[in-house]
Amino acid sequence: MPLAVELQGVAFGYRPGQRVLEGVDLRLGEGEFVAVAGPNGGGKTTLMRIVLGLERPGEGTALLFGEPAHRFSARRALGYLAQRAVVGGDAPATVREVVSAGRLATGRLVGRLRQEDRRQVSDAIERVGLDLVADAPLKTLSGGMQQRAFIAKALAGRPSLLVLDEPTTGVDAESQESLAQLLADLHGELGVTIVYVSHEFGAVEHHVQRLVLVRRTIVFDGSPHDLPGVWHDPGHVHARE
Amino acid sequence: MLESEFMRLALAAGAVVGVLAPSVGFFLVQRRQSLVGDGIGHVAFAGVAAGILLDVSPVLTALVAAVLGGVAIELLRSRGGAAGDQALALVFYTGIALGVVLVAQAGALDVNLFQYLFGSILTITREDLALIAALGALGVGTIAILYRAFAAVIIDEEGARVAGVPIGSLNVALAALAAVTVALSMRVVGILLVAALMVLPVSAAGRVAWSMRSTLVLSTAIGLASALTGLTVSYYADLPPGGTIVLVAAAVYLGALVVASLGRR
Repeated sequence: MPLAVELQGVAFGYRPGQRVLEGVDLRLGEGEFVAVAGPNGGGKTTLMRIVLGLERPGEGTALLFGEPAHRFSARRALGYLAQRAVVGGDAPATVREVVSAGRLATGRLVGRLRQEDRRQVSDAIERVGLDLVADAPLKTLSGGMQQRAFIAKALAGRPSLLVLDEPTTGVDAESQESLAQLLADLHGELGVTIVYVSHEFGAVEHHVQRLVLVRRTIVFDGSPHDLPGVWHDPGHVHARE
Repeated sequence: MLESEFMRLALAAGAVVGVLAPSVGFFLVQRRQSLVGDGIGHVAFAGVAAGILLDVSPVLTALVAAVLGGVAIELLRSRGGAAGDQALALVFYTGIALGVVLVAQAGALDVNLFQYLFGSILTITREDLALIAALGALGVGTIAILYRAFAAVIIDEEGARVAGVPIGSLNVALAALAAVTVALSMRVVGILLVAALMVLPVSAAGRVAWSMRSTLVLSTAIGLASALTGLTVSYYADLPPGGTIVLVAAAVYLGALVVASLGRR
């Protein structure tokens, strides 16, 4: 299977002497649906920032689709839902305006949206089930619906790799389950590689093929079914260390 | 009123600035950088002082200083490790201090300086208007072309960065646009009030608009109406034009607050 992500011997610290991550080896194949979990402060977000080329590893190598991540040329292939994504300022951006911003990733920075852009935007909105509220300001919607809009924004760029960082923050349990089902459906229909990063993985456990637990390094990498029962409480990742 | 050439020129210049200032201010307000216009204004003051000292056009030197100041604020914010308001404070105070020193050196601490601090729209010439109109058209044109890119940065800067959108260049372009707007607006409302015309119409529009695009369109409409109404009121009531324009914009903001609260009931 061709690799979407390949990390080898990665270590990283924001300050000299600090080790947020060390000895990280990780290979994610194209088309995989993977959950990356671990305690808060365990280095998950930093790991994803290295994967996406936003940070360079202090040691080791990070490759995206075979290229050094920080110099990755086909960035339009990346969809990213940042932790606690919110529309900046007081702008009453509508769902359609938020999703349209995802089409900028297709490479044309200037001018108006073309017909193909509009079609992709409508398609992405429909896929996440927000077509009835497409022209409503995002701030009038629930946390779960807002996250769906940002997922649609990432999808509108037709990514090959979709990374979601804590997508269920501020989302109720029912919406968490429906978000997980949505991601599973998108994975099945589009074959996109999905990396779901969260401090807890209960919502996606039954949908992902692979679970990676991170606490400064990778402490578990395998099928969720192979995870020792006691580890289903992410607090035990601390205990093991 | 319209039979006087100075009023026709003033209304035309006011219209250009009334449209441009909120158009640029829209993006600054959404990024919670409402005071950037003020910071750039203070650097423009140093530019005016340099112009007086060197005996070249103060508007030209203010334009150069404003662009340098705007870009410096952005670079300090994004690369210097300073939080947004600290970068602003540094440039803000350095600009005003440099202005005071240069003005004193030029021996120009007098009434002439007031036209830059509080505006002097009634003394605008045809040549001034041509420059204001040309730079105003350039500013509005740039916003029209880059609207989607600027909007994407407002909506999700990190997501746009991952997708390869050149965030740094866009931020510098926005800072330069803000600087040009400040330099142009200086003659209309003055350095001390220029940021008001970039912020108040946008805040007013934000209370009653229903989308980002409608916020931008309403902001420019309110800016234009404030400039033309303010000038008209100042002509008949014999009031200072710059201050009157800004007071009209502030009144519109209060009106929008009332409309928004009635709409929620």
